[in-house]
Amino acid sequence: MEQNILELRHITKLYPGVAALDDVSLGFSRGEVHAIVGENGAGKSTFIKVITGAIQPTKGEVVFEGKKIEDNSPQKSMALGITAIYQELNLLKHLSVAENIYYNRYKKKRGLIDFAALERDASEVLDRLGVRIDPKMLVKDLTVGYQQLVEIAKSLSQNVKVMIMDEPSAALTNNELEYLFEIVKTLKKEGMAILYISHRMEEIFELCDKVSVFRDGHYIRTMNIEDTTQEELIRLMVNRELNDTFPAFVPQRGEKILEVKNIATELLRGVSFEAYRGERLGFAGLVGAGRTETARAVYGADRILQGEIYIRGEKTKIQSPEDAIKHGIALIPEDRKQQGLFLNMSVKDNISFVYASKITNGLGIINRKKEEEICGEQIEKLTVKTPSMHQFVKNLSGGNQQKVILGKWLLMNCDIIIFDEPTRGIDVGAKQEIYELIDELARQGKAVILISSELPELMGMSDRIIVMAEGRISGELEKSEINQEKILELASKAQEVLA
Amino acid sequence: MKEKIDTKVKKIEWSNMGIIIALIVMVLFFSFSTATFLTPNNLANIARQISIVGICALGMTCVILTGGIDLSIGSLIGVVVVTCALLMNKGVNPFLVVLVGFLIGAVIGIINATCITYLKIPPIITTLGMMISLRGATYLISGGMPIYGIPEGFKILGQGSIGIIPISMIIMVIVFIFGYIMLNKTVFGRRIYGIGGNEETTRLSGVNVKKEIYKIYIMVGLLGTLASLILMSRVNSGQPSAGDGYEMDIITAVVLGGVSVSGGEGRLSKVIVGVVFMGVLANGMMMLNINEYWQRVVKGIVLIVAVAVDIRSREKKAKLKTA
Repeated sequence: MEQNILELRHITKLYPGVAALDDVSLGFSRGEVHAIVGENGAGKSTFIKVITGAIQPTKGEVVFEGKKIEDNSPQKSMALGITAIYQELNLLKHLSVAENIYYNRYKKKRGLIDFAALERDASEVLDRLGVRIDPKMLVKDLTVGYQQLVEIAKSLSQNVKVMIMDEPSAALTNNELEYLFEIVKTLKKEGMAILYISHRMEEIFELCDKVSVFRDGHYIRTMNIEDTTQEELIRLMVNRELNDTFPAFVPQRGEKILEVKNIATELLRGVSFEAYRGERLGFAGLVGAGRTETARAVYGADRILQGEIYIRGEKTKIQSPEDAIKHGIALIPEDRKQQGLFLNMSVKDNISFVYASKITNGLGIINRKKEEEICGEQIEKLTVKTPSMHQFVKNLSGGNQQKVILGKWLLMNCDIIIFDEPTRGIDVGAKQEIYELIDELARQGKAVILISSELPELMGMSDRIIVMAEGRISGELEKSEINQEKILELASKAQEVLA
Repeated sequence: MKEKIDTKVKKIEWSNMGIIIALIVMVLFFSFSTATFLTPNNLANIARQISIVGICALGMTCVILTGGIDLSIGSLIGVVVVTCALLMNKGVNPFLVVLVGFLIGAVIGIINATCITYLKIPPIITTLGMMISLRGATYLISGGMPIYGIPEGFKILGQGSIGIIPISMIIMVIVFIFGYIMLNKTVFGRRIYGIGGNEETTRLSGVNVKKEIYKIYIMVGLLGTLASLILMSRVNSGQPSAGDGYEMDIITAVVLGGVSVSGGEGRLSKVIVGVVFMGVLANGMMMLNINEYWQRVVKGIVLIVAVAVDIRSREKKAKLKTA
C-alpha cells in the first residue's frame, strides 16, 4: 500500500476543562476523497486547524510525506502544499479573479505587475478546473459558488497536494454543486488528497471514498464508503448517552398564540408553523437551513416579502423589532456579542435598555431607583455573577452575558420568546440554568421557540420539533416521533425531494 | 479577578485626568507669561468665545457617540447667521427671524439625517457635501459682503452679561445641564450610546435607529442655530465667513474630551473640559501674540495628539482585558 501523504499521530488538543481532540490518529492518501463527519463540537474544526497549523496540538504530531512538520503554522503548511478552503471565503472582492488567484505572487515586468502574464496564467489554472470565468472579472460580481471555485483555483496555482474543504456545499445552488463535484473528481484524478467536511449525507456517498467519524473529540472509526450506510453513519455520529440533564417537563399546550403562514424572505421560501402557549417548539436544521432567518422574520428583523403572521388569532403586521416587542415577541439572538449586548455598557444599562422607557417620568427621565431595583432583582433571580450591576458586560463570562440578555427580555414579560442558540459557548452549569428557565417560562404559559444546533439539547428541550432545510420546512415531529436519525434525515433532505 | 478589575478602573480614570492636568498647566503658563490673561475682562471674553463652540459641542458629542461626525456645523452657522442678519436688516421682526433661524437649522439636520439613513451615505461624506454647499449658499445669500443693521436690542445675547457673567455663557451652561441630563438620564441618551456601541443590538432591542438619527441631527441643527444667533449678536453683523472652520474646533474639543471617534464611549462632563481647553488655548496664544498661522499649526497638533492618546488608552484597556 502506498504511503499516506498526510498522517496525524496521537493528536490531543486540550482546552481548559475540555479535550477538543483526544488521541486522534488518522492518515490520508493521494487521490482519495476522505469525508470527515460529526456533530457540531465533535472536533472537526479543531482537527483541521491542527493540520493547517492554525493551532498547536497539546500532544501528537502531524506527518507530511513521511516527515514530521516541525513548528507548524498556516504559512508553513501552505508552503508544503496543504490548503484549506473555509466556508467564509478569503478573497479580495474588489480585485479581479486573476489578481486573487495570484495575490502577492504577481509576475512583474519593469517593476510593474505584468497583467497580460497574470491573466494568461489565471486562464490556465481555470482551464485545468474546467471553469469558464473571465479572469478579468471582479470577484464581487461572481456568485458565491464561483467565488469558491476561484478559491480552489487559487490553491491549485500553489501546487497543492492536500486540500481541505470545510462545508464547501453549504452556500451553493444545485447547479454549482454539480460543478463542484466535477472539480473534486478532477482534483482526485490528479492525485490530490482531499479532506471533505460536510453535513450532507447524499453528497458524502456520491463523492467520497472513505469516511471518518468524529464524536465528542474522539475519532470513532474510518470506513470505506461502500461498506457503510447513511443510517450507520448517523448512528455513529450521535451515539451518545442521552444523559438525563434535561429537566422533566410536561407540556400544557394552551392557546394557539402564533401562526405563521407561508412567509418568504430573501432566504425563506414559504415557511408556515404554529406555536402554542405552554409549549416548547424546537427548530432543527443545518447551518443556513433558515432557522435563524425564520426567527428574524417573525421578529421583524428581516424584511418579509410575502406571507402573514397571526398573533392571538389576529393578523399582525410586524415590520420591525419595535412592532414585535409591542406584540409580545422577544428574540434572544444567536450572536451574543454582535446582536445581544452592549459590551461597553454596564450590566444595569444592558438589562434595562428596553424596559427603561416604561419607568420614565413626564420629562423622559429614567427613575434610577426603580431601575436599580428591577435590575438587582433580575441579577439575583438569574444568578448573574458580577461584582456589581455597574460592571461592564464585557468583563463577564459568556454564560453570565447570556443571562444579562435573558434578564433584559424577562423584564418585558413577552408571551412569545425565541431562543436562538441560547447555550452556544456556555459552560454546563449555566446551560442547566438556562434549561430550567426555559421550562419555567413554558410553565408560565409562554410560547417558547428554541433553535439549537446541538441535537441532544434540542431533543431534550422540545415538545415538538420543526426541521428545516434550504429555507423550507422539511418536516415536523411530535414528541413521540422525535429521534436523532429522523431529524438528521429531514435536515439533509435535498431540494428536489421536497419539490 | 476582582482586584484586577478594580485596578483597571483606577488606571482608566488616571488616564482620563490627562486633559484636566494639561488644562491646569496651560492656565498657569498663560497666567504667568502674560499680564492680560488672568483679568476678569479676559476671562469673560474667553467665556463668550467658548460658548459658541460649547453649545455646538453637545450636538457634536451626540453625533460622534453614534459613530458619526458632522463637518457641516460651521457652514450651518454661516447660513443661519447671514440669513438672519439679512432678514433683520430688512426689518423683519427679530422673534420671527429667530424662528426662521431654528427652522433652517432643523431642515439642514433633516437633510443630513435623510442622506445618512435612507441614502446610506456615510456621515463624513454627507456632511462634507453639506459643508461645501452651505458655505456657497452663505456667500450667495450675503453677496459676499458683511450684513449690518442688526437691531441694538439683539446685542444682549452675545454681548450682555448679568453682573460679570456673560449671558452667552449662561446659555451654554443651561445647554450643558440639559445635555447632561439627556445623555445620562433619559432613554434617548441610552439609545445614543447604544447606537454607537452596537447598532444591531440597538435595533434588535426595538429601537427605530433611523428615527433616533433624525432626532440627533435635528438637535445638532437647533443647537447650531442657537450658537449662530449668539455669534451674530456678538459681532453685531452677518459675516459671510461666520463659522468658517468652527467644525474643526468643535470636533477637536469633543475628541479632546475623550469621546471615542468610533462611537459609544465618552462623557459630556469631560467634553466641557475639552471645550474650555480649546478656548483657553486660542485665547492664550492670542495674548502671547502668536500669529494666526501658528495658532492653526498648534490646534492641528492638539487634535492629533488627543486622538493618539485616545487610541493608546483604548489599546491599553484592550490589553488589560485579555491579560
